[in-house]
Amino acid sequence: MPALLELSDVTARYGQVVALHGVSLTVEDGEIVALLGANGAGKTTTLRSVSGTVRRSGDVVFGGKRLARATPEVVARHGVAHVPEGRGIFAELTVWENLRMGGYIVRRPDFATVLGYFPWLQERRNQQAGTLSGGEQQMLALARAFLSRPRLLMLDEPSLGLAPMITREVFRVVTELNQKEGLAVLVVEQNAAVALAAAQRGYVLETGRIAVAGSAAELKSNDAVRTAYLGY
Amino acid sequence: MQTFFQTLTTGLSDGSIYGSLALALVLIYKATEVINFAQGEMAMFTTYIAWALMGHGSTFEWWAFFATLGIAFIGGAALQQTVIRPLERASVLTAVMATIALLVILNGLAAWIWSPQLQFFPSPFPTSSWVIGGVHISKQDAGTFGVVMACVLILWLFFRFTKLGLAMRAGALNPGAARLMGVRASWLLALGWGFAAALGAVSGMMVAPTVFLTPNMMQAVLIYAFAAAILGGLESPVGAIAGGLSLGVLLNMLGEYVHPVTTELRLPVALGILLVVLLVKPAGLFGRVVVRRV
Repeated sequence: MPALLELSDVTARYGQVVALHGVSLTVEDGEIVALLGANGAGKTTTLRSVSGTVRRSGDVVFGGKRLARATPEVVARHGVAHVPEGRGIFAELTVWENLRMGGYIVRRPDFATVLGYFPWLQERRNQQAGTLSGGEQQMLALARAFLSRPRLLMLDEPSLGLAPMITREVFRVVTELNQKEGLAVLVVEQNAAVALAAAQRGYVLETGRIAVAGSAAELKSNDAVRTAYLGY
Repeated sequence: MQTFFQTLTTGLSDGSIYGSLALALVLIYKATEVINFAQGEMAMFTTYIAWALMGHGSTFEWWAFFATLGIAFIGGAALQQTVIRPLERASVLTAVMATIALLVILNGLAAWIWSPQLQFFPSPFPTSSWVIGGVHISKQDAGTFGVVMACVLILWLFFRFTKLGLAMRAGALNPGAARLMGVRASWLLALGWGFAAALGAVSGMMVAPTVFLTPNMMQAVLIYAFAAAILGGLESPVGAIAGGLSLGVLLNMLGEYVHPVTTELRLPVALGILLVVLLVKPAGLFGRVVVRRV
């Protein structure tokens, strides 16, 4: 069976600056894959080359469809939900309006299921989304992404700016969505320990190339990965 | 007291016209950060189309009014797709220059097609007045105010309660994030221009019976609309309407009670207000400071 997402030799550039030099990776249906690496290694660009928010060449195949030339709105309509850096919350809109935007491409958004995972959103529905705390905004971004009924969820540094306890909570919900809803997840993280605890597999990016690939257990025991990203 | 109320109603009627054109400016500014200098000439051009549809203006026809709204909508959307969209990646200033070019082109085109002469444009409302407690309220003023406010209300309902309206607001706030939700941003921008053009057409058709139809008829109105939009805070639709109404009332009150402010001084006063607002409170009266936490 072909992978849900397959990147083959993907190159991406910002103007003259090449950010990805031929990245190949796969995400299978229903798995969590972590994308690790230092600042500027190309983690964010890898996600962006899937969602179409950066110019890329090479092959991006999702669910059997070639998406290397697709615009972000088309990629989203094929079932990829990308929670970008900074979460992309509409700060001036209410919580509920943000959720409605999540279900924009769905005929009947399943608000009930989402509120099952995030019950507190119900009582905060009329609050301006920009006034939520960082952790709440991350949860809102997750809920909103899930409402588009995606097959793949891409998260860009969900732990950024969050307290460790909140980060754990975010990953707990991501794992739950993965296990109960069968949602595949590709997550970019600086916090390798947290990401590898949730993921089945991972890739380590270095200067726009895949440096190491393997199962979470392999990466955790890999000496280079341990010293560089896990710090022990 | 009678004079006061009569001046007030005339002011509200004038103000609703300034407000609707100001709202059209705000719609486009919020979506693309472009100040559309051609907004007035787009309104003028569509008013000429209405006039042509009405058999060169013998009597007002509502069907022609609505047909014109439709034509304006399509025309506005087409302008965005053909002129503004290709400049998406250029600086905002380039797009603004393009709108100034549009202003000149539409003005010249209207004069060429329909001649620059003054034309009579019929009013949908009778010239009589209602007398309520000794106050004469002209049906013309009340009707203008009613039509403009009805259009604004419909637009508000659209933005507030429909999925498409929500997507347009979201797209204006954060186009990148909206596209990730599957919103076809460029198409929605065209829609925004369409709405702005239709709203401008309303203001054009409402103001034409009093100022007569000429290719230059909207130029003063556009200045008032700028002043109204700045007064309201340029990013606030409610502010644009409130700014327009207060400007209309203020100008009429000044004209009535402060004798040095004659018709000739109306425009300078409006521009004076614009300058003072920019100097004292650049965010305008309704400019909202967005609360953000990271």
